[in-house]
Amino acid sequence: MTITDSPVNNGVNVQALLGAREALSAAPEAAQFTWRASCTWRNGTHSRSTVAGFTGLGAEQQHRTEYEFDVDHPECFASEDNGATPTEIVLVGLVGCLTAGVAAVAQHRGIQLRSVTATIEGEMNVLGILGADPDVRNGFEAVTVRFAIDADASRDDLQALIAQSQKRSAVFDIVTNPTKVLVELA
Amino acid sequence: MQTTAVVVGAGHAGLAMSRRLTERSIDHVVLERGEVANSWRTQRWPTLRLLTPNWQTRLPGHDYAGDDPDGFMPVADVVATLTRYARLVGAPVRTATTVHTVRAAPEGFEVLANGDVLCTRAVVLATGACIRPAIPGVADAIPRSITMLTPLTYRDPGQLPDGGVLVVGASATGVQLAAEIHRSGRPVTLAVGEHVRLPRTYRGRDIFWWLEATGLLAERYDQIDDLTRARHLPSPQLTGTPEAVTTDLNTLTALGIRIVGRLGRIADGVAQFSGSLANTCALADLKMNRFLTRADQWATASGLDDELPPPHRFAPTSVDPRSPLELDLTSGEVTTVLWATGFRPDHSWLDVPVRDRTGRIRHDGGVVTGAPGLYLLGMPVLRTRASTYIHGAAADSDALAGHLHSFLGSRHR
Repeated sequence: MTITDSPVNNGVNVQALLGAREALSAAPEAAQFTWRASCTWRNGTHSRSTVAGFTGLGAEQQHRTEYEFDVDHPECFASEDNGATPTEIVLVGLVGCLTAGVAAVAQHRGIQLRSVTATIEGEMNVLGILGADPDVRNGFEAVTVRFAIDADASRDDLQALIAQSQKRSAVFDIVTNPTKVLVELA
Repeated sequence: MQTTAVVVGAGHAGLAMSRRLTERSIDHVVLERGEVANSWRTQRWPTLRLLTPNWQTRLPGHDYAGDDPDGFMPVADVVATLTRYARLVGAPVRTATTVHTVRAAPEGFEVLANGDVLCTRAVVLATGACIRPAIPGVADAIPRSITMLTPLTYRDPGQLPDGGVLVVGASATGVQLAAEIHRSGRPVTLAVGEHVRLPRTYRGRDIFWWLEATGLLAERYDQIDDLTRARHLPSPQLTGTPEAVTTDLNTLTALGIRIVGRLGRIADGVAQFSGSLANTCALADLKMNRFLTRADQWATASGLDDELPPPHRFAPTSVDPRSPLELDLTSGEVTTVLWATGFRPDHSWLDVPVRDRTGRIRHDGGVVTGAPGLYLLGMPVLRTRASTYIHGAAADSDALAGHLHSFLGSRHR
């Protein structure tokens, strides 16, 4: 069954993705992307980040429009709560990435989705970031994602869907595996 | 010196090829750096047994004729079998002959071996897929106090210092050695990345019986969806033991082995493991069950349900939610790291421009691209999924010898 005569439509252009995989394997330099965001401190713990351009396919690229993200902390941390916490934005990134993966893998496997909802929770002991207990890490102790999927597919197929979406997810890899991070003064 | 074809390597693949060339009256020599079955003699640990049952260890014109068809051949018997086979087929093996260079020449190829030059029209690369250990870059960050071993240097637990052992990699090699070392009293931590889980037996039959009967092993390379992935899949978590026991992660956990995620990085002597272990295990369980379903459907369609025990499923891999993400290699708890992270072939002596940008030889089912007369044999999923195993060389060598034969003919015209 080819995608063109498939009645399944999750709004993902799998043919384009498969074409990209083939084209980029032949031209590996074009596959090298740089994702960027820039951040300006506003006041207190409030900052505003913008995302607009990125590099990929051997050229400078632009999003359709510029996106803004207000980052702050809630009032119980004596902050003004002008936006989501950075940790929540990480959760948003992970669950957004996995959900996109679910749709793409479902399209590829001929599974019509009717609805996909997910909740994500990150457990954190803030004694770590407060420096109050050296045995507590700063980051999440665990992250749990729970998908509810309504689709014409068996439970086994849906299990395979969420497993494959994790396997192909950039943010899942970023969260589960170490990454070299360099922070320096301009 | 002149010969029509040179086969490099006198293991199962090179010997099978020799037999196929003899069948076609193609004049050839087999060059072998050591003795017949050299890797099996010198680069494998002594308790290793084949993953495939004896009945499946078929070579061209030679089926297993021993009294234990369902057993698993110890490495010493593999050596004996291949040595006997070399004599049986009268393979023209030149032992202790190291190939230094193979390069293109006006009439084919020049092979430099032991200081001699052989001119030949065809070369078959049959030196094997498991020649060098594939050790990840993170190995550079292992503290100097730690003893490092690979499956090529490992012999038995006695050569390890006392203390804990980190086994990196959970394919056939990793799970076998983790179990063996753990039984020696050294506590083992096993770092598990992507892996292939299979039970040793299912419904009373060996898993390789199922893999063959269902037609999976016969799947051709040009019909496999993701060939790159198929060719780089780790070997299944299987052990050949007289008792035909299953060695999966649940077995190892029950032995007391600590299972952790894929080794990602070592920072200041602390090994960090991936948090994706649960998904890695879930994927392996799903894939195993997908195959078992295919096996059950095949059994029903073949009318075998009455003679086989009923279908069943194995317990999912149980992952300890407290499995650590870090292990301090400077604390003294771990004294040895064993890299069971796979193998690579070694074609460094091949001076013919046939490699892709990642250094792999480009080929179409063993017919090397861009170098007529050059062939590759004895590699995973070379022509079918069976190519990965000894018996796969029978059909592969036949196909490639046939191609080589027509190539010689076409050049004559």
